Amino acid sequence: MAKDLVQDTFFSGLKSARNFEGRSSEKTWLTAILKRKVIDHYRKINSKKGQAEVHVNFYNDGENEGNWLEERVPQRWSASLEKNLENEELKAQLDSCIDNLPEKYAMVFRMKTIQEFDTQEICKELEITAFNLWVIIHRARTQLRKCMEDHWFNI
Amino acid sequence: MLKKLTLTCNEATTICDKSQYNEATFLEKMRLTVHFLYCKLCKRYTKQNLLLSSCYRNKSESIKRENYALTTEEKETLKQALHKQTYK
Repeated sequence: MAKDLVQDTFFSGLKSARNFEGRSSEKTWLTAILKRKVIDHYRKINSKKGQAEVHVNFYNDGENEGNWLEERVPQRWSASLEKNLENEELKAQLDSCIDNLPEKYAMVFRMKTIQEFDTQEICKELEITAFNLWVIIHRARTQLRKCMEDHWFNI
Repeated sequence: MLKKLTLTCNEATTICDKSQYNEATFLEKMRLTVHFLYCKLCKRYTKQNLLLSSCYRNKSESIKRENYALTTEEKETLKQALHKQTYK
């Protein structure tokens, strides 16, 4: 996917080369086009309906509404595993947990946490409200916590 | 009145997630602190969340450090593809 976007960028660059005014370097100019392509790619994912299963961590209604579901309560983690965070296996496990998220959650989580886009920028490009963004981030992070607990910290 | 001041665990952990990006408001952080007084689970969630945040940060940094580049063959294929698209 990343390679396709790079190819697209060069192609767009060539096509509109005569609009290039030389006020910035070619590299800056092409990077700006690439950033646009990345955002367009995310918008395309965003417009698809989420298919993957969403795990709920809290009671949705009743008198316990908003409380932790018993089977999703955070467990104590093994202290020895908490120390070694600069670990390649841990990074791989993290990747696989992120990939297990519904596509839209994974996308918003990556944009915000890994690529460090601004909240405002994500909201604008994906046409969601800040409130929505935090709901998505919250669901993604609670689900990731559970996944990392099951596969890493609780063994 | 009390209902307005107290948070559910769902709301508390949402604020906790927000504060991982330094985007929780002062009032939200206050309400979270009050919630911790009687909720050990959310306190544990917060501790684990901090730990996970540093994992995510490590990951983000290692991605930025890495030098991604196409291989020579890939560059050649790209050149040919561009050539074809430009002169078709």
